[in-house]
Amino acid sequence: MIGAILLRLLQYDFTTMTPQTLYEKIWNAHLVRDVAGQPSLIYIDRHLIHEGTSPQAFAGLKSAGRKVRRPDLTFAVMDHSVSTKNRELPVLDADAAGQFEALARNCKETGVRLFDMHSRNQGIVHIIGPELGITQPGLTIVCGDSHTSTHGALGALAFGIGTSEIEHVLATQCLSQAKSKTGIIRFNGKRPKGVTAKDFVLALIGKIGIAGGTGHVFEYAGDAVRGLSMEGRMTMCNMTIEGGARAGMVAPDETTFRYLEGKPFVPRGKDFQVAVDHWKSLAADPGAKYDMVLDIDAAALAPQVTWGTNPGMVIDVTGRVPDPNSFTDPVDRKAAERALVYMDLKAGTPITDISIDRVFIGSCTNSRIEDLRAAAHVIAGKHVARNVKQALAVPGSRVVKAQAEKEGLDRVFLDAGFEWRDAGCSMCIGMNDDVLPSGERSASTSNRNFEGRQGKGSRTHLVSPAMAAAAAIEGHFVDIRKWDVNGAE
Amino acid sequence: MEPFIKHTGLVAPMDRVNVDTDQMVPKQFLKLQTREGYGRVLFYDWRYLPGEQPNPEFPLNFPRYRGASILLARANFGCGSSREHAPWAIHDYGFRVVIAPSYADIFYNNSFKNGILLVTLSDAQVDDLFERLERQEGYRLTADLENQIITDESGLKIPFEIDPFRKNCLLKGLDDIGLTLEHEADITSFEKSYPVTAVMYEPVDVKLSQPA
Repeated sequence: MIGAILLRLLQYDFTTMTPQTLYEKIWNAHLVRDVAGQPSLIYIDRHLIHEGTSPQAFAGLKSAGRKVRRPDLTFAVMDHSVSTKNRELPVLDADAAGQFEALARNCKETGVRLFDMHSRNQGIVHIIGPELGITQPGLTIVCGDSHTSTHGALGALAFGIGTSEIEHVLATQCLSQAKSKTGIIRFNGKRPKGVTAKDFVLALIGKIGIAGGTGHVFEYAGDAVRGLSMEGRMTMCNMTIEGGARAGMVAPDETTFRYLEGKPFVPRGKDFQVAVDHWKSLAADPGAKYDMVLDIDAAALAPQVTWGTNPGMVIDVTGRVPDPNSFTDPVDRKAAERALVYMDLKAGTPITDISIDRVFIGSCTNSRIEDLRAAAHVIAGKHVARNVKQALAVPGSRVVKAQAEKEGLDRVFLDAGFEWRDAGCSMCIGMNDDVLPSGERSASTSNRNFEGRQGKGSRTHLVSPAMAAAAAIEGHFVDIRKWDVNGAE
Repeated sequence: MEPFIKHTGLVAPMDRVNVDTDQMVPKQFLKLQTREGYGRVLFYDWRYLPGEQPNPEFPLNFPRYRGASILLARANFGCGSSREHAPWAIHDYGFRVVIAPSYADIFYNNSFKNGILLVTLSDAQVDDLFERLERQEGYRLTADLENQIITDESGLKIPFEIDPFRKNCLLKGLDDIGLTLEHEADITSFEKSYPVTAVMYEPVDVKLSQPA
């Protein structure tokens, strides 16, 4: 069976002599129908769903009298609205409870596997996919969530879709898609101490802007990316959508294979070796062409902090809040002016002078075990500053939580004055009761600093886990490079 | 899907770049199970003051834009979250057409699946429309999809480009799941040649809804 996939890929290599990128190899291997003048029909290998964007899709399917074509390739989880406190208590939010019930009912009726809020494998959809080995190199993966780009870190083609498309995939296991343009972003040189994958991707978005990648699929390469752990690569691919590119990818390598070996849904023994051989063939051919090429000197990067209301409004921690008049485009100037009003910041303020009210360590961007280790390392033996009203540590999954507790990280967080919570999307989106109150300012390891994202009137600064942890201790942003800590992902 | 052929209507401005879908439908409205009724909450935090009082400074609340069905917007409209609630809200509010220099990819796809025409024009053309809209109260435009042209009552004519496949689907109101299911044989034959579960083991330690 695995051999058949390999054969299929090889066939493409023989028939198309042009060197192909990683994206093109996966795209070509999944073409069900490809007719000029029409979008292509591509096969979807894994469909991930959650309670937030799926009920309307199931309802649509039902009203049209259609069935879920491949329940065996569909995986459901409750993550967006789940409580991170006591999950044994009844869900008081009637709308959220309704969505949980709908997901459970829909999965039961259609035979879709569900990790409900009580499952020991529950977690944020983009954390559990890789963690369970549902996500693998060379697969096409979609989910009704824009951060599906995360899964590309394993060399999969993964992107977010809307609810109509969820219904389409449920009914047909295919998606009608136009081929994207490709971009390769190389981070060259050695990653400096205290600078993480989060800083890489924030710096990239700062450089290209939040629409810089529109229409593209990005592949990340270069020594500094090769040197990242899987967790770090996932952080980068996760935030790719914030730069406008729908998917981010990293060619699978030994780091990927080591990460995957032994994961529950991954082939074992001899079959694992066959799979690895196939996965190795996915890397771009020498001479493959990209529509966009960008080289970034990783060694020159500093820790990043966002100052505005989108992830592209970002600056080095050593910088100052920019003056809107420094923007030449009048539309950008207006956006910056508005952002400073919303964020209640004055142009010229040093970033390290910005004090914070709350800290959130979590989200599909930065809630994996390595993120928690990095934050715990920074706060060990210290205590959250007096002006910080709340510091949350929210593991991305119950598996991450269990691992962290095994390592004693929960004690480190609790002793430092953090709250140690159960797994879910939490304060990244604030659909449960983890909300950043109006007018308050957070240091957050999440992915979006949009107006009202963490709560109406809330002010978000996006940073890496180590930077968020250090901000929690000092009560304001600090340059983590000045602390005696190892730069984690 | 409701077909879109040609639409004439009052234009309203959304003069901000990078309007994200969190602004169109904030998180608290993502817990419903319907596709309808989101028009009331469109741009909720911008549109309403506490107590759901209309914010008099928000353009959609200006009397002159009441009943608008064409939204004039800026670059990268619809960035961020994949929530289809955003186009549902735009449509439910009464907008049939959005005109902007660019859109985020997921929002673009989602809108077309809901019978909304997204017209892409150059920055200069959009600037010009903003000026006309500001100058003339009751400014109306016609979006003619068949002929791919935007016109106003003073003789302005702006042709626009659109992918022929999307155009056809919109003109005919085609159900794209139905379209794909016409290729059922292709899907089945693909599945036979490509055993998609080959790289998936049925794990021994993960069960349905296994309690902690």
